[in-house]
Amino acid sequence: MQLSKDGQRRRWNTKKIFAMLITWTIALLWAVPVLWALVASFRPASEPMGRGDVWFGSMLTLDNYIKAWSLAPFDRYFINTVVIVTMVLGVQLVTITLAGFAFAHYEFRGSKILLFVILLQLMIPTTALLVPNFSTIRFLNLYDTRLAIAIPYFGSAFGAFLMRQAFLEVPHDLVDAGTIDGASWWQLLRHIYLPPTIPVLVAFGISSVAWHWNEFLWPLIITKSDAARPLTAGLVRFTQLGEIGAQWSLLSAATLIVAAPLFIAFLFFQRRFIESFVHSGLK
Amino acid sequence: MERSKTRKSSLPYLLILPTLFFVAIFTIWPTINSFYMSLFRQRLNLARFREPTFVGIENFVNLFSDPRFIQVLNNTIIYVIGTVPLAIFLAFLFAFLVNQRIRGVGLSRLSFFHPSILPMVSAATIWMFFLTPDYGIFNEALYFLGYRGPQNWTANPDLALISIMIVALWKNAGYYMIFYLAGMQNLPTEVFEAATLDGASTWQKLRYVTFPLLRGTTLFITTIAIIGAFQTVDQIFVLTKGGPSGASTTLLYYLWQVRFEFQDVGKASAITVVLIVLLLLFTVTNFVLSERGED
Repeated sequence: MQLSKDGQRRRWNTKKIFAMLITWTIALLWAVPVLWALVASFRPASEPMGRGDVWFGSMLTLDNYIKAWSLAPFDRYFINTVVIVTMVLGVQLVTITLAGFAFAHYEFRGSKILLFVILLQLMIPTTALLVPNFSTIRFLNLYDTRLAIAIPYFGSAFGAFLMRQAFLEVPHDLVDAGTIDGASWWQLLRHIYLPPTIPVLVAFGISSVAWHWNEFLWPLIITKSDAARPLTAGLVRFTQLGEIGAQWSLLSAATLIVAAPLFIAFLFFQRRFIESFVHSGLK
Repeated sequence: MERSKTRKSSLPYLLILPTLFFVAIFTIWPTINSFYMSLFRQRLNLARFREPTFVGIENFVNLFSDPRFIQVLNNTIIYVIGTVPLAIFLAFLFAFLVNQRIRGVGLSRLSFFHPSILPMVSAATIWMFFLTPDYGIFNEALYFLGYRGPQNWTANPDLALISIMIVALWKNAGYYMIFYLAGMQNLPTEVFEAATLDGASTWQKLRYVTFPLLRGTTLFITTIAIIGAFQTVDQIFVLTKGGPSGASTTLLYYLWQVRFEFQDVGKASAITVVLIVLLLLFTVTNFVLSERGED
């Protein structure tokens, strides 16, 4: 076999360039929708799009963002989304830590059944239960409040399970040493269980924020005023305003206003984000 | 070895109580309540039906003899079967592409993944333009490729469902890619070295080494993809509103419509029951299949 080193390298190179071209082409195609929206959002509204003329206009302008903001209270929606997402996350971090700790650290009568009952939430997602939950919210007199949007998610089967698994990984020796030293349950949790599992909490937190930032259907049915409406529901209301029609540059601007905060956070913390997604999925 | 403090104490119950409380109120109770209310006739927009009346299984009989509901079930099944395998295929392809040692991998990964952090309503709003007849970019691209069929995707009865599936596909493939990517990066390299020595081509390695080794990942993605597919409605609100004449109405959208447009609580409860049963049926089947596969 007399295949010269040079020939081998050349073949290898051709193959690599081919793989590169394919990857780049598909990646570029996949990015076109968002790239277009970005470009279009800076196009003057006075220059309607037509066949073959959908990208840049004669100049770049911020007018679409200003106009979108004047047509709908996006600042209000933004605050609502932030409040809802923070409320959900704040309560979840407490509930899942406590429940995860109980299931990992203690053995008690009925623990298996209780865990199963909680895990039912994974099989029957809250979204599917919007009809009875709507009645509950009405009964609790919470309709059209931000609390109503957040409260069904205060208990998280997924989070509790995730924390239980993470706590089970904490070395026994440490726990035993703590117990012998007479540490209370709170000290055990605070000084032995929590420190090594902070990354799991962070991962859960990121995916919780992403999920609730983007949620639409439940906020839509449980709100009727801008006082409680989050960004997603606000955007859909905006797209359906009679005066908007097919003003694509304006729609693009509104779309990006809604998506931008999470998107920018993602660009900054890309690795963390992706890791947290992987983590939160692969229990 | 147990790490438990078996001291008889109410502490563990108290620690679980907050989670259990919210799960009980927003998962367990509504599930039971849906089964119960599905046996009643209650319509909020008709004075004589405003108070619930017990009607037995009438709601279910009505549902399953209603061609509209059969259409909704059909659409849902087409949506699930049409999006899930294709999204998984694309996810695997993307993961393979960005797992190569080539330039621009980071940017490509970003490109495949970024749609999954957009809200679905934003994604759908952008696609509303892409699917616009005549000058929408999707139609332009198809025209360039020689497609001369109808272009009004969201308003055409044959294309409306497909258009909401396209948006879901675009948004989700990159999300599932992440799981394959994590799986691929954890695979033992020796297997591939052995395969290379045996003269296996890239395709053969993918087909006979990578894919079988990632069976667990595929199963996991399938599960979350199907549960997710039953829950996606956001893009329907933006693009088609379930139309034209129900052509793109899926189960969850129909549920919303029946409850909040037609104000029919009994029927909506029955649909909730159907949805719960389908979800449980699927989760259990999937679990059984995966248990059997592990032997």
